[in-house]
This record gives sequence, structure tokens and C-alpha cells, in this order.
Amino acid sequence: MIAILDYKAGNLTSVMRALDYLGFPCRITNSHDEIRKADRVVFPGVGAAGKSMEGLGELGLDKLLRELFSAQVPILGICVGLQVLFDLSEENQTRCLGILPGAVRRFPENMRSDEGDFLKIPHMGWNEVKFRKNHPVFRDIPAGSEFYFVHSYYPQPEREDISIGTTEYGITFTSAVAFRNLVAVQFHPEKSGKPGLRLLDNFCRWSGVS
Amino acid sequence: MLSKRIIPCLDVRDGRTTKGIKFRDNIDIGDPVEMGRFYYEQGADEIVFYDITASSDRRPIMLDVVRRVAETIFIPFSVGGGIRTLEDMRDVLLAGAEKVSVNSAAVLNPDIIGQGAEAFGNQCIVLGMDVKKVGASEKIPCGYEIVINGGRTHMGIDALWWAKEAERLGAGEICLNSIDADGTQAGYELELTRLISTGVRIPVIASGGAGEPQHLLDVLSHGRADAALIASMVHYGTYTIGEIKNFLSRNGVGVRRSW
Repeated sequence: MIAILDYKAGNLTSVMRALDYLGFPCRITNSHDEIRKADRVVFPGVGAAGKSMEGLGELGLDKLLRELFSAQVPILGICVGLQVLFDLSEENQTRCLGILPGAVRRFPENMRSDEGDFLKIPHMGWNEVKFRKNHPVFRDIPAGSEFYFVHSYYPQPEREDISIGTTEYGITFTSAVAFRNLVAVQFHPEKSGKPGLRLLDNFCRWSGVS
Repeated sequence: MLSKRIIPCLDVRDGRTTKGIKFRDNIDIGDPVEMGRFYYEQGADEIVFYDITASSDRRPIMLDVVRRVAETIFIPFSVGGGIRTLEDMRDVLLAGAEKVSVNSAAVLNPDIIGQGAEAFGNQCIVLGMDVKKVGASEKIPCGYEIVINGGRTHMGIDALWWAKEAERLGAGEICLNSIDADGTQAGYELELTRLISTGVRIPVIASGGAGEPQHLLDVLSHGRADAALIASMVHYGTYTIGEIKNFLSRNGVGVRRSW
């Protein structure tokens, strides 16, 4: 069983529907017992980092996530679920989980396109993820595949070796990270058509060893 | 770089689409769920469902459509039409939509934008704008005015001012519909689109007037739109989404090519 962490943040049902479609039993839950029994954990997120950290703290899921990470349980963070894994988010200067060293920054204002127009924020829509490393979650996903993004902040890992995918939007930023039994992506695989479903499917079959 | 999005729009009345797809026999042309799936597989980047059901008490049918769509397509989709309250938004989002679009309700009660953004995040809230060209005046300096009721009621609001105001209030995106171009299939209102898209820092979807791929090229390049809404040109089978994207790509517009 796959636990989808429920901390009152964002649209969890879209992740559940994608896993249902792929045929993996899953459950949206915040029960510590149930989460500890799960084979793997999906940690989704939409919205603000601060609100997410509050929700996690109230339910004790911050401690539980650290415990699961140490216990080698495969974990997939999505969007804000990736961002709060780092030390700090610039979004209202939010102190985050600190599982991954680094910070989450806001896209610079005044980034411009080739035509000279301001680039829109949020970064919303389909963009390419360049795979920097082979990782089991990328298996059978063609190079050049695009994924669906919607975010105004991006991760800046301290250690470059955890960055497994990058994306360009005014700047080049890390859009996928992997560290031991943890994978996290800034885009929404559950909304990214076939390559996104493939990534979820790969995660659900992954042993947790990079 | 970020791709330009091509977004088919389906009008749904009482749970059925009001225009059918003409070039494939094996799908129910009236079923919005099957049509959504069809466009998903054709490479649509996003889908918009617009509820044109006249009476608000038919809403449960639309929610059922949203739920069934969410089970079969794995790209973002938004729902507009008849959304007036936070409760309406919550219902549609819980049923599986990514975004809700508010139009006349936001003109009449702008606070709904901020309330929706606060409750569900800016990225969920799309401001739909129906706009008519009236010529520049003291009251309407940009020359385009906000209208409601399908263009019948002029609101005395400047379109560029309203776009900026909606951005300030927390809208995450604007779907800009030209009432003058809508249904003509003679091309988008390029001047209007460029004015609004370069006037705000949130993405703008151009709507109204698409009849051929060249129109999308025009609005995504000269018009500076981030995305283009299409309806008749694909519903009647004149073009496939793949053909449109190939045309755009050949002409230097970045679009998502594989799906």
C-alpha cells in the first residue's frame, strides 16, 4: 500500500486518481500507524510552504517523515512536497524540514523572454526536464519529455550531486532531486500525461536504492 | 523553455457537449468525458470545460462530469461557467479540476478572486474576461471594455485596468475572450491580447476567433499570449491538435511535441 500524506494541503485526490489508474493500491491518510505500515510514501503539495509546514507540524508528520527517511522507505515529494524538504524557503522565510541541505528561492523579478517581454510568474505550463543522471524513476521516459509545472519558487540544493533533473525558465533550476531513498520533483507527474504516469509507475516499483 | 499551451474548450450543457467531434466515429460525440479523453490523447496541453447550463440547480450533473473527467485524463483541466461562491469553487476542485474560472461573478464581486486565491492558491483561480472594443475614451482609456451577459451588458470598466486589478487581487491566470472575435473563426483579437498579456505578469490565455493554425501562430507570437483556446477548428474535425502543433513548431513557436 502507498500512503499519500494528508496534511490538508492541496489537491491530493489527483495523485490518488493517477495511482488508481496505474493499479497501485493507495490511501490518503495522516494516521501514523497506517503510514508506518505503507511500502512507500507520496508527499504531495500545493500552496504555500508556511501553511504546509504548519499542517505537517500539527499532525506530527514532520517527525514521521524524518523517521521514514532514515528507515529507507521510498518517498516521493511533489511540488511544495519537494520544497519543504529543504532547510528554508524564501516564501515568508519559512523554516522547513531540513532533510535536504539547501534553500528554496523565488524566481527573480524582471526575467525576460527572447522577445524582451517579462517572463510570467508563476512558471505555469509544460517544460522540459533535462535528466542529469540516470535514476530508476526516469526509466523509459524519452529525453526531451515535458512535464507540467506551476510554481513561483524553485529549489537550490547545496549539493549539486542530488540534482537529477534541471529545467530552464529564465534561469536553469533544479526540477528533480534524489537522495538515497528520497526522490522529489518540482513538477506535477500526476498532471503530466504519459511521461508523468511513467514516472509515478517507476516510483511505485522502485526499491528505494538509487 | 516553457511551451505555449493549446487548450481545447468544451461547452457543456446539462452534462452533454454542445458541439460534436466530426472525424471519429468510435466515440460518443456528446459525452464531455470521452471528448476530454480524446483531446488528451491527441496532445492537448490542458482542457477547459465551460458549463453553459442555464439553471444553477443542474450543478450536480456538471460535478459528475468533472469527477469522471478527472479519472481519465492526466493533464490539468479547468472548469468555468456559473461559479459564484467559494462553495462552488470548492465543489469543482474537490471533484478533480485544477482550476476554476470566474467571470461575471468576479466583475460583480471582485472579492471572490482574493477569497478563492487565499483558500485554494492563486494558481487555481483563473479570471475569465469578456471584452469588447469600444474605442479609447476618458472612462475606457485602453479602448476595450468589460462586458457580461454574452456581451449584452457593458460594465463601464476598462479591460486593462481590470486585468491588473485581478492580478493584484490574486488571480493566477487570465482567460481573455474577445466578444468581437468570438465565433467568427477569423482570428484572435491580436491588439487586445498583446495589450493585456504585456500589461500583467500572470499568464494570459487568448480566446475567441480561432479558425486556422495561422491564427494561433499570430496570437502566440505577435499577440504574446501564453496559451490559446480553440473550439470549432478541432470540434468539427478541420484540424487535429497534432497538425496545429506541427504548424506552430515549424514556424518557431515552442510547443509540447510528444505525449
